[in-house]
Amino acid sequence: MSVNSLDAYRDPEIPRSQRRGGRGGGRRRRPSDWLNDRREGRGERALVPDAEFTSYYGRPVIKAVPWGPQIPTYLFFGGLAGGSQLLATGAHLTGNEPLRRVTRLTTAVAVAVSGAALVEDLGRPERFYNMLRVMKLSSPMSVGTWIFSAFSGGAMPLAALEVLRMLPLERSGAVTGLVGTFDRAVAAVHDATDAVDASPAWLTRQARIATRRGLGLRANSALVDVEKLLALGEPAFIGLGASMAPPLATYTAVLLSNTATPTWHEARAHLPFVFAGSASAAASGNAMMWTPVSHAGAARALAVIGSSVDLAVLNRLEKHLDAEGVGEPLHHGTPGKLNRASMALNAAGLVGTLTLARRSRVASVLSGACFVAGSACTRFAIFGAGMASAKDPKYTMEPQRRRLDARGGTDNITTGPRLTADDAPRTADGRRPLPGPDGKPANL
Amino acid sequence: MSAVTDYLTRQFRGAGDPAVAAAWDTAAAVENTGGTPNQALDERMGFFTDTSICIGCKACEVACKEWNRNPEDGYVLTGHSYDNTGELNADTWRHVAFVEQSGERIAAARESGRKLVDLGMPSLRPSDDVSGQASNVGPVTLEDEPADDAAAIRAAGGSTQYATDAPSVLDPGAGPGPEAGLSVGDESLAGVNVLDIVETDHGVMPTSLHAAQDFRWLMSSDVCKHCTHAGCLDNCPTGALFRTEFGTVVVQADVCNGCGYCVGGCPFGVIQRREKTAEVNHGNAQKCTLCYDRLKEGQTPACAQTCPTTSIKFGTHAEMVKIAEERVAQLHAQGMTEARLYGANSGDGVGGTGSVFLLLDEPEVYGLPPDPVAPTRHLGASYKKMLMAAGGMAAAAAVAFVGGGVA
Repeated sequence: MSVNSLDAYRDPEIPRSQRRGGRGGGRRRRPSDWLNDRREGRGERALVPDAEFTSYYGRPVIKAVPWGPQIPTYLFFGGLAGGSQLLATGAHLTGNEPLRRVTRLTTAVAVAVSGAALVEDLGRPERFYNMLRVMKLSSPMSVGTWIFSAFSGGAMPLAALEVLRMLPLERSGAVTGLVGTFDRAVAAVHDATDAVDASPAWLTRQARIATRRGLGLRANSALVDVEKLLALGEPAFIGLGASMAPPLATYTAVLLSNTATPTWHEARAHLPFVFAGSASAAASGNAMMWTPVSHAGAARALAVIGSSVDLAVLNRLEKHLDAEGVGEPLHHGTPGKLNRASMALNAAGLVGTLTLARRSRVASVLSGACFVAGSACTRFAIFGAGMASAKDPKYTMEPQRRRLDARGGTDNITTGPRLTADDAPRTADGRRPLPGPDGKPANL
Repeated sequence: MSAVTDYLTRQFRGAGDPAVAAAWDTAAAVENTGGTPNQALDERMGFFTDTSICIGCKACEVACKEWNRNPEDGYVLTGHSYDNTGELNADTWRHVAFVEQSGERIAAARESGRKLVDLGMPSLRPSDDVSGQASNVGPVTLEDEPADDAAAIRAAGGSTQYATDAPSVLDPGAGPGPEAGLSVGDESLAGVNVLDIVETDHGVMPTSLHAAQDFRWLMSSDVCKHCTHAGCLDNCPTGALFRTEFGTVVVQADVCNGCGYCVGGCPFGVIQRREKTAEVNHGNAQKCTLCYDRLKEGQTPACAQTCPTTSIKFGTHAEMVKIAEERVAQLHAQGMTEARLYGANSGDGVGGTGSVFLLLDEPEVYGLPPDPVAPTRHLGASYKKMLMAAGGMAAAAAVAFVGGGVA
């Protein structure tokens, strides 16, 4: 690199990846680069001699979805919400109040986090509602939007009902609870000041006290009314929430697999089961952490089933992806580490649940935490592997070329001539001009 | 009820035509064109990009940027031949690829193109006609040794018709006078018609010019394919992407909320979301509109309008495919068996593309996927798996409560 006195006026060198505003950041210059190739060895070699596939300067063929960590975060919380709502339904039906309370509240928090993450990740968050103006079965995201909306419509009132039931509201004639305490305090102040004087200041204070007391009563009665209303609709909310819970936990698999991203698309047959298992394990693990051991039996059982499915199907998925030549991203780098961590955590949670968690609250909490963390790792691993597979042309080109070669000559996007040369029009002097409308070249 | 059925049919139509899949008004199209529905669907507009006559001037890139007011995307030297644009993206809707190739690679491309015909691509001519007169020179040539096209054509009895005295630009000694086979000022100069074949007694084979080649530049102007089954359109959850009255696929920037799902749906890596910090249409998905605004005024898209060699042609899809097929047949007859069409087959993974290309090597060389599939093609199966998994999850919960109980 040459240096001269004008260098001081140059802009500082910025890495190429940053110049493009981070698009395609960290793009590798591959050794398959034609120019490098010429420089390294003898010329006149094939375009990409040292790679098994051909690409255009090693550039990605497809674009990775422009999604940030909000999306895998949503994959996790959406699963957690769906699984928790299922547990809440079971707990309601079996009269397991501690489990029901924890799972309903978890659902609400998870829904809130999910919604925030989804909107935040949009390019134009202020236009999120445009998704609610359209329903398209061909778009899993549209389907998911409606599943999520319906689910929220069931889960949020149930969580509100749960919160109301936890409040010490005045629900019958007797003045007890929160309002009772308030009333008694007001009455005490009233008694204490009653005998003192009858000045205008005293009257003003009395009026203020009366207003406050009225507000408290009105708030109480309003909350009790809301509670009664929600309790009335409880079966409907449960029905909506429970019916939308499994779709919410699994549609995200279709969301990922309905893309050209090689690793996700190739995982389409397995991913819904991985996500169902992962969601069940996460929700159950979370319930195990916050519910007394005596009431967490169902959560433990679902955790065992969920994590087993997660482990087993993820294993099969890996084998399938390897066979299709798009499995590497799930083995290498950060996604690889997360994948291994997910398997280890699920296995640890499984062992803990099957041995000590039945008796020890500590073991129950630890095992539950393993499941929750394991589920998060699964989601981030799958997400990261897909992103990596989109950024390397190898995973697009190689499988496509293989299936093309296996299929033979039909239904290909590349075709040879159908017409023979003589079908091409000729001019009077027997030449074949560039064909076009009216025998003239187009656009002239 | 029929509305529901119609809706489902439309949503899961699978292989078929784009307009119906996108609920395009075929009745109106029939009325406008006076044809049958199928003919009307052929009326959708598209490009034919003939890379064999692309000179890499990038006028299309410039015209596109100018007309659509697209921002620059980095003043960077890539070191990738003359391509400093790099890729199609949110800000670049035409991209000219440059590939430098050696003689070996040219031979390989010629051979792979030859195989496309050997695989028995449908032909308009009965195959028993092959051994006949010179009329079927193309296919006959293809069955012979790649290195000896000249002999092959002679053997086929077509030597007089396809012999040429066209001079070789690269090898001036190969032919007679420089003007012999050329027609300066004629439209034929616009293409490889420099290599056009005329009847002559010399018996110099048309491939002589190419055979001497030990280097070539491939230049190809890439663009949105405006697929028949458009993954981006299928995936769009807001309706921002729509099928226009011209059968093209366009983003409505004022509706798009930037979810980015279309980006994942595109098997060609065309559509992209603009940066959230961009000045215009920030955070919106952006791609070629096939100059929707110009089309509405009855004009030609900016890139096709500006292309100085007519490498980019614009017209109805049927017309484009016809021209493309004539052109590829012509090139094969001239011995350029490396020529092939990309996107002209409605049976492919995206139902054929609205933008058809003539390539001179495997699509991978140009950065195009060799077997793209609209992801939606497998969506029905994916939904089934999802329902199975969801059912399994509900069943597992039921089992857990029955087995695990309260305690």
